[in-house]
Amino acid sequence: MNARDRILAKLRAAAPATAGDQPDVAGWYVTHRSVETGAEKAARFRHFIELAHAEVYAVPRGGWLQKLYEVLSAKAIASLLVAPGTPHGLRAREGLVELGIACPGYDRPVEEWKAELFTDTPAAFTVARAAIAETGTLILWPDADEPRLMSLVPPVHIVLLDAGRIYNTFFEAQQAEGWAEGLPTNALLISGPSKTADIQQTLAYGAHGPKELVVLMIGEE
Amino acid sequence: MSDAPPGRQRPTDVYFFATCVVDQFFPGAGLDAITLLERQGIRVHFPEEQTCCGQPAYTSGFPDEARKVAAHQLTLFPNDWPVVVPSGSCAGMMKHHYPTLFAGDPARLVLAEELSGRIYELTQFLVEVLNFKPQDAGSACTVVLHTSCSARREMGVYLTGRKLLDDLAQVNVAQQDHESECCGFGGTFSVKQPEISGAMVEDKVAALKATGAERVVSADCGCLMNILGHAAWKDRQEGRAIPSLPGEHIATFLLRRTTKESAR
Amino acid sequence: MNAPQTLNFMPSEGFRARSKAVVENPFLRKSFRGAMDFLTAKRAAQFPDVEELESLRTLGERIRQYNLAKLPELLERLEINLTRNGIKVHWAETPDEANAIILGICKAHAAKLMVKGKSMVSEEIELNHAAEAAGIGALESDMGEYIVQLAGEKPSHIIMPAIHKTKEEIARLFAEKVPGVAYTDNVDELIQIGRQVLREKFREADIGLSGVNFAIAETGTLCLVENEGNGRMSTTVPPVHIAVTGIEKIVEKLEHVPPLYSLLTRSATGQNISTYFNMISGPRKPVEKDGPTEVHLVLLDNGRTQAYADDQLRKTLQCIRCGACMNHCPVYARIGGHAYGTTYPGPIGKIVSPHMLGLEATATLPTASSLCGACGEVCPVKIPIPDLLMRLREESFSAPRANPAMRGQGAGYNATISAIWRAWAAVYRSPRLYRLATWLGSRFNGLTPSRQGGWTSVRVPLKPAPKRLRDLVKERQ
Repeated sequence: MNARDRILAKLRAAAPATAGDQPDVAGWYVTHRSVETGAEKAARFRHFIELAHAEVYAVPRGGWLQKLYEVLSAKAIASLLVAPGTPHGLRAREGLVELGIACPGYDRPVEEWKAELFTDTPAAFTVARAAIAETGTLILWPDADEPRLMSLVPPVHIVLLDAGRIYNTFFEAQQAEGWAEGLPTNALLISGPSKTADIQQTLAYGAHGPKELVVLMIGEE
Repeated sequence: MSDAPPGRQRPTDVYFFATCVVDQFFPGAGLDAITLLERQGIRVHFPEEQTCCGQPAYTSGFPDEARKVAAHQLTLFPNDWPVVVPSGSCAGMMKHHYPTLFAGDPARLVLAEELSGRIYELTQFLVEVLNFKPQDAGSACTVVLHTSCSARREMGVYLTGRKLLDDLAQVNVAQQDHESECCGFGGTFSVKQPEISGAMVEDKVAALKATGAERVVSADCGCLMNILGHAAWKDRQEGRAIPSLPGEHIATFLLRRTTKESAR
Repeated sequence: MNAPQTLNFMPSEGFRARSKAVVENPFLRKSFRGAMDFLTAKRAAQFPDVEELESLRTLGERIRQYNLAKLPELLERLEINLTRNGIKVHWAETPDEANAIILGICKAHAAKLMVKGKSMVSEEIELNHAAEAAGIGALESDMGEYIVQLAGEKPSHIIMPAIHKTKEEIARLFAEKVPGVAYTDNVDELIQIGRQVLREKFREADIGLSGVNFAIAETGTLCLVENEGNGRMSTTVPPVHIAVTGIEKIVEKLEHVPPLYSLLTRSATGQNISTYFNMISGPRKPVEKDGPTEVHLVLLDNGRTQAYADDQLRKTLQCIRCGACMNHCPVYARIGGHAYGTTYPGPIGKIVSPHMLGLEATATLPTASSLCGACGEVCPVKIPIPDLLMRLREESFSAPRANPAMRGQGAGYNATISAIWRAWAAVYRSPRLYRLATWLGSRFNGLTPSRQGGWTSVRVPLKPAPKRLRDLVKERQ
């Protein structure tokens, strides 16, 4: 027998005869978390992610580009990493380049430009798949077009969120979207800029990931 | 005389389980608790055969020895009267650990479970069963209350001692830092890990003294032995003849406060 | 404070000396107290509603017990689904086996540098030592872990590894150990120094190593909880990701995760959620542009199957490693994490370490508790820690027996002590002997010794009253 078989054999020999009923997770959420309106969810999301030190701006559906430009200008950022294979990434590039902002695309494997990504990429722009009101959390499913390091390596991460995509809870999000049927290689919950309190319980932002997180929220009433 | 809360029959008789610590080290507190109950019109029965709940052996890792001692106590309370215990930790042992202790002994398990249902910590009994509201006959003073971990976490009766003190019109109850933290007694812990236990009681006594209260009261004599033992040791170390932190069992304090002629 | 450099020693030995050293250091006493007060207040603020807290703890306990009951079946399903997702699964019974697997993967890639996200299991197996011995650099990237590694120490807390160090100590450490860094005790600047150093290393590293907070059987997913982003760096930037975890960290369903995750962050650091929740369900796909091309999971036993085999001891495995028990423990608050001498300190360390190291190495630890119950009261999955401590005391102090439930059962057996307890029971079970003994005690209370072992080190001697309660009761009749 190998290690695997020995471990499993020991566990099988000792396992209780029955595990009982499935834990009633859904029941707990029904009795302990209310279902809120869109406006309430947006407000709750904003409250918690702002507490976690993120900046949130309400933007019109057709006009987020202007706010994106303003944010970059205010932060004196002249170059924005975009995902040109996505509609919002393409739109950002089309609109910003003519305003004098360079928009390199994450269009090749990281190995080919690791140094540039780590040292010469001040900001990145991605979309959020959805969000969670309860905790002020963005849900990102990075993919081939919008890779995972966009939300991690650049010091400023700007995220486009449709307020209509805010769920009440993490549980509701995974149920409503059928996550159990299949998850991408990497799925992320992000609830603020990177932080640490490892030195004398003093909070500091920008530990390893972005120092700043900016949310452009479409459709917040 | 107050009435029992609805749905709870006010008993005429109770057993008093003194605990070995009260019997040997704080007999006055035991007598005061009995007097306090009798003044509420209760007949208090003191089973002469009682010894110890068995907790010292149980918590030290000697359940067989604890079981032998506990088995004897199971025979002492034949009538279905409540059993009142002037200690949260001994009450917790009898109420919550006896059924575990006798899980493998069906005959005694029945007795243990039946007994468990009528175990009361003293302040719990005074408040929840007798609805006792002490009438203060004393002059203004400030005290600080230490609640044992067993009373707080095992018996869930940390509010009853506080309520009794709050009912005393002239008594101000001070609030110490880290109130819910253990005093460091823990039975054999205090002997096996004297450095850690010593640090805990040192901090506890400092927090109690910092309130400026004239005395500490507690419903648990184990904690009192530890707290007062350290306070007296410190007084000796620092050459004080008058105790810097006197203390007593809550029964003694309540009895004195509610006794008119001797309201000292 | 001197931390043990290796765990290949007997944590029981020297425990009292180590705890005495901390207790007698007013500076450390004050700093631990401050840190624990900070964490307990933050947790309390997360649970304003007692009913919500209690029902969530009950659900958390139920989820953990349900999944432990199905553990063998779930491990097999996890293996099938991870394999389907392209993650390679390895099994290790001992720390040595786990290290051999990890270093074998490193060697296959001719790895020179492994960058590590926070992983207590990697501490448990002492991976850093094994890697160094094999000529592979192992660099901690969690800020707290990085600090303690730089100082040549071990974490003193499972969530806040450098909780025993002040910013001034860290400032001196950085100035001394990090090339080109001048002394600064500004926390933001210190963190930025760590960020710069470690960003270089993330880029260079051949291997990224991490722990696992939850492994989801139904989807074949590894979940990591963190605030800093170093966990994401470690699991995304290097070409190979190796995750290592205990076999108990498994849940059947994705829906089991939200309640446990909520309990974890709220109990641990008093956050409503962590900054990152990283769900990994496979290596980089051919079309993807980043992420590791290989992902491995090492499942470690190291005594967990022993705990599993006993209905009561199995509850130890419910732990989700939040550290709330240590944050609320009056003993931990007095002595800090290093005094325990084990990878996992505090109340959880006392109940889990005996399974990993044997009671022969850990027999003292279960005695270092007043059984105050604060740990059990805050445990988010309701592990009855005080009951388990009493059980471990019994396992340790009882005479060695056949087929023991634990390795090292009877390690603390002492014939004299056992005889004393037997004598105690003989007296206390007999009203006649009890009356005689206590009568003698009260009658001759003047003869009470003035030195009573550890008791009188900081207390006046205990002295029986001249009359017992039973005497007073008789007198008034």
